[in-house]
Amino acid sequence: MIDVKNIHKSFGDAHILKGISTTFEKGKTSLVIGQSGSGKTVFLKCLLGLFHPEEGSISYDGKIYSELNSDQKRNLRSEMGMVFQGSALFDSMTIMENVMFPLRMFTKQSKSEMEDRADFVLKRVKLEDAHNKMPSEASGGMQKRVAIARAIVNKPKYLFCDEPNSGLDPKTAIVIDDLIHEITDEYNITTIINSHDMNSVMQIGEKIVFLKDGLKAWEGSKETIFKTDNEVVTDFVYSSELFKKVRQMYLEERQ
Amino acid sequence: MTYLHNIGAYFIMIKDMFRKPTKWSVMRILIFKDIDDLIIGSLGIVAFISFFVGGVVTIQTALNITSPLIPKYLVGFATRQSIILEFAPTFISIVMAGKVGSFITSSIGTMRVTEQIDALEVMGINAINYLVFPKFIALMLYPFVISIAMFLGIMGGMAACIYGGFSTLDDYIIGIQMDFIPFHITYAFIKTFVFAFVLATIPSFHGYFMKGGALEVGKASTTSFVWTSVTIILLNYILTQLLLS
Repeated sequence: MIDVKNIHKSFGDAHILKGISTTFEKGKTSLVIGQSGSGKTVFLKCLLGLFHPEEGSISYDGKIYSELNSDQKRNLRSEMGMVFQGSALFDSMTIMENVMFPLRMFTKQSKSEMEDRADFVLKRVKLEDAHNKMPSEASGGMQKRVAIARAIVNKPKYLFCDEPNSGLDPKTAIVIDDLIHEITDEYNITTIINSHDMNSVMQIGEKIVFLKDGLKAWEGSKETIFKTDNEVVTDFVYSSELFKKVRQMYLEERQ
Repeated sequence: MTYLHNIGAYFIMIKDMFRKPTKWSVMRILIFKDIDDLIIGSLGIVAFISFFVGGVVTIQTALNITSPLIPKYLVGFATRQSIILEFAPTFISIVMAGKVGSFITSSIGTMRVTEQIDALEVMGINAINYLVFPKFIALMLYPFVISIAMFLGIMGGMAACIYGGFSTLDDYIIGIQMDFIPFHITYAFIKTFVFAFVLATIPSFHGYFMKGGALEVGKASTTSFVWTSVTIILLNYILTQLLLS
C-alpha cells in the first residue's frame, strides 16, 4: 500500500503539486488521470522517488521514503517496477538482456536461473519468440510488453506505468491494459497508472484519482466516475462525443 | 551564475561516479565494451592522422631550413620534439574530443531523451557510476593510443623525409635520437592521463544533464566538443608551465 500525505512540489516559481493526499491499495489497479499539465507525471515521479516533495510524505507499506537512508531507499527502489511512456528499453541490449537486466543488477542468480525467469515472464507477456531481437526491431506494442516484462521480472511490490498505451492502436492498448490488470491480480502488487485514456479508465480503473492544476479534484472508481456531478471531472470525461452519448444514455436511463 | 552552477554540478558528478558502484560482473562487461568503442574504435583515425601529420611536420621543417649551416638531422629532431611534446598528446586529444567526446555525449544524451537513464535511476542504480565510470576506466588506456600516435607520427616524418628527398635516413635517425630527454615522455603521458580524464567526464556531463529532444542531443554534442577542447587547451598550458618551465 502506498500512502500519500499532503505532498507539495515546486520548480522555481511554478507550484506543480499543491497538497495531494491519497492511498493506493495493494492488489488494485489505480489510475491517476487528468489533462496534460495537471501534474500527473510530477506526481508519479514523486512516487518513484525521482523528485523529492518539499512538503508532505509518501509511505510504502509503512516505510516513509524521506526517512529512509540511501541504502534503504535503494532497496525500496529495487522493489519497484516502472513502465515508461516510451518503454525506455536499453537499445544496446537484446529483448532478453533487457528483461534479465534487473536480475543481473540485484540478484545473485546464476545465468541459467536468470534466463529461466526472463523466459517465464516473456512467455507471460506472450513474447516467447522475441528473445534475440533488438528493441528497435520490435513494434510499439511489443516494446511495451517487454517493458512490462522487465518491470515484473524481479517480482516488484509496486508497479508504476506512465501512459502505458499511448501511441498504440485501440486493440493493442486494451491488450496492454488487460495485461497490467492481470499481473496486478496475479502478483498482488500495488499498481499505479498515469493515463488520460478514458478507455483504460473504463477497462481497469479500480481506483481513480483525478488531478487538476496540481490538486486532487476527485477520487473514485470506474463505476462512480460516470455518475459524478463534479464539473471538473465531467468536463474531462465528456470531452469526447462517444462518452457524451454514454452519459446521455445513462441520464435517460435514470429518468 | 550558470557557469558556476555547471562547474559545481560537474564536480558533484565526479564524486558520484565513485559512489554506489555497480556490480563487478556487470561493470566488467561495460568496461570491455567501452574499451572497444572508445580505444580500439579510435585507432584507425589516430593512425591515419598521426602518420600524415608527422609527414607534414617534417616537410614544413625541412622547407624552412634554408641555411646550409643548419645540419640536416635537425629535421628529425624537430619532428620528434613536435610530435612527442605537442602533436601526439594535445592535437590527437582535440581530435578525440570530436570523435570520442561527441560519441559519449550523444549516446548518453539519447539515453536521457529516451528515459533510459530514468529507468536506471528508478531501479535504484547509480546511473552516473553505471554510465561514466566504465568510460573513465576505458580511457585510462588512452596513453596506449598516444604511444601509437607518437610512433606513427615519427614514421610518417621518416617516410616524408626520405621519399621527399629532404634528408637521408641516417640523418633523420640521428635527429630523432639527438638530445633525447626521457622526462619529455613522462610529461607527454602526464598530459595524456589528464586529457583522458577530461575526455571521459566533460562529454559525459553534457550528455547526462542535457534536457530536451533529438535537436538538443546534437547541440549538446557540439557544446561538449567546444568545452572539452577549451579545457584541454587550458590544461595543456597549465601543465606545460608546471612541468617544463
